[in-house]
Amino acid sequence: MPLLTVTDLRTSFYTRSGVYRAVDGVSFSVERGETLGIVGESGSGKSVTCYSIMGLLPVPPARIEAGSAIFDGVDLLKCTPAQSRSIRGKRVAMIFQDPMTSLNPYLRVSEQLIEPLLIHEKISKAAALKRGLEALEAVGINDASRRIHLYPHEFSGGMRQRVMIAMALITKPELLIADEPTTALDVTVQAQILELIKKMQRDLGMAVIFITHDLGVVSGLCDRVQVMYAGRIVETADTRTLFYSPLHPYTRALQRSIPALQSKGAELYTIRGLPPDVSKPLPGCAFAARCEFATARCTTTPAVLAPATPGHAHACTRVQAGEL
Amino acid sequence: MSAPILQLTDVKTHFPLTRGFILKRSAGTVKAVDGVSLSIARGEVLGLVGESGCGKSTLARTIMQLVPTTAGTVVLEGKNLTTGSIAEVRDVRRDMQMVFQDPYASLNPRMTVFDTLAEPLRVHEVCAAADVPARVAELMQLVGLAPRFMQKYPHEFSGGQRQRIAIARALALEPKIIIADEPVSALDVSIQAQILNLLSQLCRKMNLALIFIAHDLSVVKHISDRVAVMYLGKIVELGPALDVIDRPLHPYTRALVSAIPTPNPDTERTRQRIVLPGDPPSPINPPSGCAFHPRCPHAMEKCKIAVPPLTRADATREVACVRLGEI
Repeated sequence: MPLLTVTDLRTSFYTRSGVYRAVDGVSFSVERGETLGIVGESGSGKSVTCYSIMGLLPVPPARIEAGSAIFDGVDLLKCTPAQSRSIRGKRVAMIFQDPMTSLNPYLRVSEQLIEPLLIHEKISKAAALKRGLEALEAVGINDASRRIHLYPHEFSGGMRQRVMIAMALITKPELLIADEPTTALDVTVQAQILELIKKMQRDLGMAVIFITHDLGVVSGLCDRVQVMYAGRIVETADTRTLFYSPLHPYTRALQRSIPALQSKGAELYTIRGLPPDVSKPLPGCAFAARCEFATARCTTTPAVLAPATPGHAHACTRVQAGEL
Repeated sequence: MSAPILQLTDVKTHFPLTRGFILKRSAGTVKAVDGVSLSIARGEVLGLVGESGCGKSTLARTIMQLVPTTAGTVVLEGKNLTTGSIAEVRDVRRDMQMVFQDPYASLNPRMTVFDTLAEPLRVHEVCAAADVPARVAELMQLVGLAPRFMQKYPHEFSGGQRQRIAIARALALEPKIIIADEPVSALDVSIQAQILNLLSQLCRKMNLALIFIAHDLSVVKHISDRVAVMYLGKIVELGPALDVIDRPLHPYTRALVSAIPTPNPDTERTRQRIVLPGDPPSPINPPSGCAFHPRCPHAMEKCKIAVPPLTRADATREVACVRLGEI
C-alpha cells in the first residue's frame, strides 16, 4: 500500500477577479522510500498541491473543493485537528525554497530546531537539545555545539538550508516534502544540499516529494517524475522513461527548450503563447492553445491521464489515439 | 575578430566599510572586483559566470560607471571612462546599455510601454518628437511585441514580455554593447528559451557586443562565444565557451561544471561529482594567496602564498592556477 495516496485533489482560490483553479483534479501516490519529482513552470500548481496536503493554505482565499490525501490510512484533508497535528510536522515534514524567510529571525537556532521534538515527543529540554545537536552534525554543520546557539542571520544561505533540513528531519518523518529547496542557492551549494537530501533519505528510509522547475535536478535525484501544467498532471513516468521517451507534447517541448540538451548556438525551441488563465473554464486539454499538434478536438474533449505502458501515464488525447 | 570595442585593464572596485555612527572608523574594504582585465570585440558575446558574491554584478556596474572605479581603466572605443568627466561619461553611456534580472523591478510601474521606450529617445534627442511613436513601434516589433500594446502598463504583461520591454529599452539608443545581468534567471524554462533566442538574434542582426552575466552554466555555454569565470573578484579562467565548459582547466571551473545537474538520468547517476566543501569566502577578508585554496581539492602550500596571475594555458585560454600543469 502506498504511503500517501492523493485522489482527485481540487484546490481553488476565491479572489475578487474570479475563482482560480490552481489544482484541478490531481491524483498520485508515493510509496515508502520513494522519491517523486513534481516538475512544472510557475503557476502550474505544484506547490499548491503540497501546501494543500500539508494544510498550509490560508482559507479563505484558498478552498480545497474535493479530493482526498490518504496518509497511512488517515485522510489529511478531512481528519480532526488532533489527528492532523500528530502527523504534520512529525511523520510528514516540509522544507521550503527560501531559507532566509522560513526560519524565525528572533529565535536562536536551538529553540526552533528542537520545537518539533518538544511538541511531538515526551522529551526533556536537555535531551531534545542533545538530539538537536546530533541533527545539526548529521546535516554537516561543523562546530555544531557552538553554532546551535546562534541566530539564523549568522548563518549563510546554504547553512540555513541545512538547519531547515535538520529541523524537518529531527522527528524522523516518513515523508519529506521539499518545495524547491535549492532554487535560491548557488550551484556548488545546491550540489551539497542535493547530496545531503540523498544521504538523509538513505539513512532514514523516508519518501521524498521533490518539487522543482529544474529538470536537471530531477534527473539525478528522483525515481519517478510527474509533470504538471495548469493545475493538472500531464505526464508521469519513471525518470528514465520520462527523459528518454516522453510522450506528452508539453514534456517534449519543455525538454527541447532547455539549452543543456541542445547543440550550442542552435535556435532553442520555444513554446508559443502563455499558460492559460485558470479562472476560465478549460473543457479540453489545458496545453491545447500552445501545442503545435493541437486539433479542434483537443480544445473541447477533456484530456484524461491514462496509462500508455505500466507506470507511464500521460494526458494527450492525440497520442492516446495513436495519431502522433 | 575585429579590434576590441571595450577594454578593461586591471579594474578594481573596492567598497570601504565603516564602523560607528558619528565617529566613522574604517573597518576594512570589500574588494568586490579586484584586478579584472578583459576585452570584448564588436558582435561578440562574453559570458560572465560565478557564484553569488563573486563580483560579477559589481563588474557590470563598474563598466557602466554606475559605481566609481577604484583603480584601472575602462576604455570604450578609445575613450577612457574612468578619467572622463560626468558629461563625457553620460555621452558615452548611450553606447552601453543594461538589462537587469528582475523585469518586475526594472520597469517603472507608472509608465506605459510607450513612455518607457520614448524616454531614452527624448533624453538623448535621437529623433524628432514627431518620429518618436514610429521608432517606439519599431523597437517593439524588434523584440517581438505587438505595437498595439504601446499604451499598456508593465503589470499587464507577463515576465517574459516585460523582459522584452527591458531589452527594447536597452536597444532604443542603438548601443554598441549591452550588459545583461542575469536576464533569464527569473523566468520559466520555456520563456527563458524565447529571451535567449531573442538576445542571440539581436546580437547577430545588429552586430552588438553582449556581456551576459548568469550563474546557469548551460545557458552561458549556449549563448556565449567566450566565457569568463569569476571567483571572489578575480577572473580565474577565460576562454572560448565550449573549451571552458566542456574541458575546464581551473579547479574551480571544474567544480562549478561538475555541480550543474544535467537533465540526463543515465550520466547523472554515474558521474563523479566534485562537491566543494564550505561556502565562498568573504570578500572582506579573503584567504591569502589563491582565494580558492581553502576549498580546492588540489591546494598545496604554495597556493597559500602568492596570488596566481591569469596566464595563458593554451592558444585561446587563460587560467589563474599555479598547479595548472600538475593537475
